[in-house]
Amino acid sequence: MSHSVECIECGASLSLPDNVMQGEILPCSDCGAELEVISLNPLTVDLAPMEMEDWGE
Amino acid sequence: MKVGIVGASGYTGGELLRLLLPHPHVEVTQVTAERNAGKFVHQVHPHLRGQTELRFVTAGVLEPCDVLFLALPHGEAQQHISHYAHLAERIIDLSADFRLNSAEIYAAAYGSPHAAPEWLPRFVYGLPELCREQLRGANYASGVGCNATATTIALWALVKAGIVTDTQPLFVDIKVGSSEGGSTPNAGSHHPVRSGIVRPFALTGHRHEAEVRQSLAECGNFDVRMAISSVEMVRGVSAAVHLSFPVGLSEKDFWKAYREAWNSEPFVRIVHDKTSLHGHPEPRLLAGTNYADVGWEYDPASGRAILLCAIDNLGKGAAGSAVQCMNLMCGFEENTGLTFGGIFP
Repeated sequence: MSHSVECIECGASLSLPDNVMQGEILPCSDCGAELEVISLNPLTVDLAPMEMEDWGE
Repeated sequence: MKVGIVGASGYTGGELLRLLLPHPHVEVTQVTAERNAGKFVHQVHPHLRGQTELRFVTAGVLEPCDVLFLALPHGEAQQHISHYAHLAERIIDLSADFRLNSAEIYAAAYGSPHAAPEWLPRFVYGLPELCREQLRGANYASGVGCNATATTIALWALVKAGIVTDTQPLFVDIKVGSSEGGSTPNAGSHHPVRSGIVRPFALTGHRHEAEVRQSLAECGNFDVRMAISSVEMVRGVSAAVHLSFPVGLSEKDFWKAYREAWNSEPFVRIVHDKTSLHGHPEPRLLAGTNYADVGWEYDPASGRAILLCAIDNLGKGAAGSAVQCMNLMCGFEENTGLTFGGIFP
């Protein structure tokens, strides 16, 4: 059974696969926002941190 | 079903032929072109070599058919519309002659009285996204103005949702390609003069403003002002409507309105992807297609918004919409012959 969540950015309904994992990054097919699964129970997503040019290196 | 095209040697005529020759439900039986009578179609439209053995004829020998497309210069179709109506039960006129439903507004926009004002109410405006039900089974459909189409579609979702109202002027910056000027060369289209240009050429008073006002009239009396520049592009229209909102909106408000307006439309796509290089509508990606891509940019801090639409002026802005109209008028599947998705890069 797949799970649905709402895109934080645009409100689109996203179907997540059964084997979705915490920490997984999923793109919204409508707006392209990258969503991070921050909890499996309850299933919750948030906008993934944007990669910055000066990270770490 | 037999189809004829009057004025088939121009760019919109060529685009009609490209779409109609492989169409599964019609046969193009006659194409007229006064100056090119006797020539094979591919001698004028080289991309159609091998697609047809048709030769151009003069309009004087045109025979009856089921659907007649008129792709004549503005002002000519209205002179002979009764004659054409005797030749075909259904007519789709791609010129500006029958787009406006008022002879007075036509005269104001085009600078001369209409030659057949009694015909204006018989024509349905040929933009299926707004007039689909009237087009089903209709006998007469107008074409659409390419700049008007891009502007109307850019605005429609938020107008329909009541987010854009007629209380403020709507300024539309439009960038267009050279094929909008038609196939007849002039001093401005000469390559050394035109190549590399960004040439503002109609910054006020464009004729298509009346067409957009008419399309939006059911939602208010909108003050639409176009500023058009010709740019280094052959096909394409890129419209950007600049406006401000008095109260803050969210991204989700825009998405909701756009989805409600467009999600069920076969040829309008929402392009609003902040993560993509191609996150806004781009006309280059639409060359040869019947798609209109729409999107927006919104600054919630200032309330400033830009509503975007890109089309191929010869596709959605002319021949593509005309074939879509034919499909509706004749009871064919609406997207028949129109599903080409473009090329990239």
